Amino acid sequence: MNKRRHPLSVLYSVCIFLFLYAPIVVLIVFSFNESKSRGRWAGFSLRWYQELFENSTLMDALKTTLAVALISSAVAVIIGTAAALGLHYSKKRIRNLLMNITSLPMINADIVTGISLLLLFTFIGLKLGFVSLLLAHITFNIPYVILSVMPKLTQLDNNTFEAALDLGATPLQAFFKVMLPEISPGIVTGFILAFTMSIDDFVISFFTTGADVNTLSVAIYSMTRRGIKPEINALSTLMFITVLTLLIVVNVRSGRDVQKREKERR
Amino acid sequence: MKKIKLALIPYSAYALIFIVAPILLIVLYSFQDTSGALTLDNYLRFFDFSDPVYLKVLWRSIRLAFISTVICLILGYPMAYILSKLSPRVRGTIAFLFILPMWMNFLLRTYSWMSLLERTGLINTFIGWINGFLPAAVQIPSLNIMYTQWAVVLGNVYNFLPFMILPIYTVLIKIDQSLIEAAQDLGASRGRVFRKVIFPLSLPGVVSGISMTFMPAVTTFVISRLLGGGQNALIGDTIENQFKVVGDWGFGSAMSVVLMILILITMGFIRRFESDKTGRSVLM
Repeated sequence: MNKRRHPLSVLYSVCIFLFLYAPIVVLIVFSFNESKSRGRWAGFSLRWYQELFENSTLMDALKTTLAVALISSAVAVIIGTAAALGLHYSKKRIRNLLMNITSLPMINADIVTGISLLLLFTFIGLKLGFVSLLLAHITFNIPYVILSVMPKLTQLDNNTFEAALDLGATPLQAFFKVMLPEISPGIVTGFILAFTMSIDDFVISFFTTGADVNTLSVAIYSMTRRGIKPEINALSTLMFITVLTLLIVVNVRSGRDVQKREKERR
Repeated sequence: MKKIKLALIPYSAYALIFIVAPILLIVLYSFQDTSGALTLDNYLRFFDFSDPVYLKVLWRSIRLAFISTVICLILGYPMAYILSKLSPRVRGTIAFLFILPMWMNFLLRTYSWMSLLERTGLINTFIGWINGFLPAAVQIPSLNIMYTQWAVVLGNVYNFLPFMILPIYTVLIKIDQSLIEAAQDLGASRGRVFRKVIFPLSLPGVVSGISMTFMPAVTTFVISRLLGGGQNALIGDTIENQFKVVGDWGFGSAMSVVLMILILITMGFIRRFESDKTGRSVLM
């Protein structure tokens, strides 16, 4: 194979990365800008970081975002894991039908999903606010959990579960002691995916939340019309660095696990 | 084993209420006027060929999404190819660098382009600075695409390029190297190996990438709102407007139904060409 790296391909990669990272760099750099302008540099300052923590709208939005993400992914994990179990053991026809329904929110445009849920909440007379927001997030999170857990169930050896039952375990004991440890990586992946999707969502939240409850995305969107305050740059810089640190920690740890497993195999 | 099936009941109920019922409600609303009486007017208004305002919006959405997808493919394929040629250790890290920007709120990333693209924005400041060194005859023209269709295309390409690169990359690294070596041994030139072996084998990734960029580009309303200004409204903007400003939910629902049918047809079409294990797993 040709291992030589062509200078053109290096140049090309640099250009693509420049394109992808330019707006992010701009955002981070201008979060340290002394002035309010988003085009002119007026000197280094931590002013916007300080104002961020004093900004109750943004802080409330951050709390709502985290609360909705945590609760909705936890509920989605419970319903989704149970659903994956049930689907795994049900007849093929029922499974295919339900899987098709499950994939609908993933295929459909977010705007259509958001509007359909808005219509539902209006139809049943649920006031738009935290509860409707939460229900909407649970709805689009469950499919990610199901799709993460299902493959783990297919890999599972069915005999171990039956062996546990034969040895006198109750079905619940057998589930928690035998099955759950095996499928837990899928559940964790599902939870992380759901959490990420929930934090990242704008469109569905935009249609299903009320006037007094804001997620960060919704708060940012309403700000874009009046001009974004630099505090939000500070906040997203902090979030970006948090996520980056978390990802690096997770990657390093899982890399170490892989190495350990390989050593044990030898 | 019977009891395990009972675990399906809560989800079946949930799916019925929160997935099936809402879609049926959209269809129901699309056949109602503002007073709630049944009518076909919403659809007639959308498909009004004598005054095709809304058909033009739909056409603009499809056209801009198509242009964005083509640009993503042209930019993304070489990138995925370069990436796939790197050693496995390095390419994992670099692939990660493509996903990383997606962890920053996409509204903010898109908004950040406004600071770059504005008439007095950073790009034009930079061009002006370079022009200071150049003789008057070879001045670089300033970039004025803000609030045009091209700003929308740029926003789409920027937001969805990783969705094109990653599926293609995933397929490329799975190609059996012995096939490429066999072609080379049989005397094929490098270009011929690419055309006859590598490219055809990477097509499932290309199809995945196309569906993952085209779909969100057709239905977006944020990118067009932020970068396109008012005059480049897409179908997403028009639907949003009916629900949030005008309050004509019937008409908004009818447009949503049209959009939904369009998506389902396209997805059905794409799934025929798509192998099941492509880039989706990387992103989700």
